[in-house]
Amino acid sequence: MDNAEHMHLIYVILAAAVATFLTRIGGYVMITQMKRIPPRMEAALNAVPAAVLSTLVAPAFLSGGWDVAVAMLVALAVGLRYSSLWMLLAGWLVVMAIRHLLV
Amino acid sequence: MTKDDFWQGVRGGFPVMVSAAPFGALFGALAVDNGFSVFDAVFMSATVYAGASQMVGLELFGHNVQPWLIVLSIFAVNFRHILYSASIARHIRHFSGLQKFFAFFLLVDPQYAETEKRAERGEPVTFAWYLGFGMIIYLPWQIMTLLGAIFGQMIGDPKAIGLDVLLPIYFMGLVLGFRKRDNWLPVVAVSSLASIAAMHVVGSPWHVSIGAIAGILLAACMPLSKRHEEPVTLEHEV
Repeated sequence: MDNAEHMHLIYVILAAAVATFLTRIGGYVMITQMKRIPPRMEAALNAVPAAVLSTLVAPAFLSGGWDVAVAMLVALAVGLRYSSLWMLLAGWLVVMAIRHLLV
Repeated sequence: MTKDDFWQGVRGGFPVMVSAAPFGALFGALAVDNGFSVFDAVFMSATVYAGASQMVGLELFGHNVQPWLIVLSIFAVNFRHILYSASIARHIRHFSGLQKFFAFFLLVDPQYAETEKRAERGEPVTFAWYLGFGMIIYLPWQIMTLLGAIFGQMIGDPKAIGLDVLLPIYFMGLVLGFRKRDNWLPVVAVSSLASIAAMHVVGSPWHVSIGAIAGILLAACMPLSKRHEEPVTLEHEV
């Protein structure tokens, strides 16, 4: 990265920090303004993180190569029972095994 | 009394810090791998202080996405905090303005969950306790980011040591972490399919917004559940 790009990154991070702080104070401001969040709005808010994060997972599964796809499937199976640290470890072991032992 | 509360908070936050630490290091290493300097990585951890969204920022920055879309995506991933701050408002009403500012800045998932639990047990949510709990997570998060970033600088080809597989699996773990929520499976299915379709028809990075909006709209239109739930928090998340 050159200098201009680097300054650009710093501004993006600062904007992200402000946006994050707004989410952390937003509910407090909202609750002091209105008494309750409307149920449909709450249902929509509840779905936001899973919806956003799914869009980062699904395309990676298709475009990352077959080794990444296999590793993600194994990690998914592990994740149904164990914490995400074990998912990372399992997926990483699979991809390393494919890259260094099979191919 | 205040000092006791502070150390009680530190002890309470310690296990959270231990489980979050590897993710701090992971963020640092992946940040450097995505073109961040060591300073940028620590700067982001110190100012944004929200692990999942920091990873999202990395992913999108690596793909040359427009800045406003990066910030919007980070905002969206952090949207859950709105529910937290609405919910803990009643427990921290006695904080001063400045104390509230710090309290909201430090409001990560486990901080929210523990504050609720403490209030439910009838113990006082003092600022000293809150700060102790927050600091034992916040400061090590910076140190682990720094260590991860320094380690990341020493890596030649990230693919050879399998770093490229970690980010999608990390996101998948986060998605799984929300699986007890209402409408989880339909939302995930629709967002995934819509993002894949958008990737092919419109192209990156629009698949993120289009996929997310599809899932959120679906959730808003689904029949409402009768039970009212507390917001579900992530297990380890900073």
